[in-house]
Amino acid sequence: MSITMRDTKTTERSADQAATQPAAEATAKGTAVRVEHLDAWYGTHHAISGVTLDFPAGTVTAVIGPSGCGKSTLVRCLNRMHEVTPGARARGGVFIGDVDVYSPYADPVEVRSMVGMVFQKPNPFPMMSVYDNVIAGPRLRGWKMKRREADDLVERNLRRAALWDEVKDKLHRSGGALSGGQQQRLCIARALATDPSVLLMDEPCSALDPIATYKIEELLRELSSEVTIVIVTHNMQQASRVSEHTAFMLAGDDSVGRLVEFGRTDGVFTNPKDKRTEAYITGRFG
Amino acid sequence: MATQAATLAGAIPARHRIIARRRIAERVIVGLLALATLASIAILVTILSYVIIQGIPAINLEFFTQRPKPFGEVGGGVQPALVGTLVLAAVAGAIAIPVGIAAAIFVVEYRSGRFATPVRFAAELIAGLPSIVVGVFVWAFLVRGLIGHFAALAGAVALAVIMVPIVARTVEEVLKLVPNSLREAALALGAPRWKVILRIVVPTARAGIITASVLALARAAGETAPLLLTALGNDFFSTDLLRPIGALPLQIYRYAISPYDDWHTKAWGTSLVLVLVIGIVALLLRVVARERVR
Repeated sequence: MSITMRDTKTTERSADQAATQPAAEATAKGTAVRVEHLDAWYGTHHAISGVTLDFPAGTVTAVIGPSGCGKSTLVRCLNRMHEVTPGARARGGVFIGDVDVYSPYADPVEVRSMVGMVFQKPNPFPMMSVYDNVIAGPRLRGWKMKRREADDLVERNLRRAALWDEVKDKLHRSGGALSGGQQQRLCIARALATDPSVLLMDEPCSALDPIATYKIEELLRELSSEVTIVIVTHNMQQASRVSEHTAFMLAGDDSVGRLVEFGRTDGVFTNPKDKRTEAYITGRFG
Repeated sequence: MATQAATLAGAIPARHRIIARRRIAERVIVGLLALATLASIAILVTILSYVIIQGIPAINLEFFTQRPKPFGEVGGGVQPALVGTLVLAAVAGAIAIPVGIAAAIFVVEYRSGRFATPVRFAAELIAGLPSIVVGVFVWAFLVRGLIGHFAALAGAVALAVIMVPIVARTVEEVLKLVPNSLREAALALGAPRWKVILRIVVPTARAGIITASVLALARAAGETAPLLLTALGNDFFSTDLLRPIGALPLQIYRYAISPYDDWHTKAWGTSLVLVLVIGIVALLLRVVARERVR
């Protein structure tokens, strides 16, 4: 019964969406993550519906929208973290490179290995040192490493996360002893340590003060040349500062989140094609 | 204007009365709570100090190194019982702690699983069983059945049955305190579920898991009833798991029901030793559990 209802809704919207959603401009590096007709549910709650978009490789893409529009859900579907929540499921197509993430043969653990993730609240492993936190990913995956290789990997990734200079003298102290901003950069170093091709960030600055936020934004610009970044943010200034592309999502009256507009950030912010995007960006709701 | 002033004037004393009443009620409640706290601490202090005062005269080197004297003779110690309690607690712990932790992990980490609720329910039922019933059960299956006679192993199994639900339920609460964000962080790093549990969740909860184990060991070390039907007690030194073995609670019982003053003092001394053993084991485990990362 619910299946028929859902399908009607999806078809209704796809026409609507085709009009409002321009095809992603192909960048020189191509597409890093392709999403096709993605639907996701929490139990019986339909969280997002019919999302189709391409995240361009080697750039920062921001996903914006008011609370409850499904932007976090969308990002969690990209590395199959959505299904970790009891009762949650997703249907549709997600392709990272040539890997079909939702193929029946895809292994969620393998998918997550290709993608790094940084969460809203800094969550370093509290019983581990700074060093052990950075190397936690390789260790959890059972990589065999010599001491020297491990040291190099830790230093390289702390440098990539612009944290090395601040922690090089306390590598063996608890990661929980760092400041909030440092903890978040430690989490970025931890996510980078397994060399993911895509880095997902779910409101990474919402628990941080402005200076820590500034440092992370700086870092994103530097990192975007080597890794594709998808950042969820409810801060529109942040989206316009750090991203090349922006996706705007919105939940309708049925509280199902849908993609409203996707395009280059300057275009979305200065000349939005959809009335709802314009209303949100000019602060009329959300 | 005039009417307004009148109402205000009338309202102020009434308000004062309400505030005064509220303050009195507050004091009465705080007083009652403090009294209850004091009473529970007083009971603990009284028991402990009484055990110490009565037990100290029995304590000397001989008390720890000698076995009990034959019925009616003065002197002797609790060496077999002390060793017995340590052996029983160690074997029971070795069985019950891993099983209890595993059950708790299953219930918390795989709670969507179909068996989580029955497992928790079973743990609660076992925890509610009187310990003598556990003793009778083990007596029927091991002492009368598999082993064929009273044995330390049967005692350890009985104690383990009592420990499992204590470990399981306490560890369950501890695992629930591990923030979900850590599990997600580890999963997102591409770790399989079992590794997330063993390498992230369990180490994070380590201090709590050790506390749970200490709690269960303390409870088991103090059990008497199930040992009467399983380990039986032994006045001779033994560490053989297939022979009867002594235990401090059994020794307390034997000394206390005797008609001799010297043996009554020894019962107090044995009680003191039991309290100390539990205290020392708890302390040692806590020191071991200290965080490595500072």
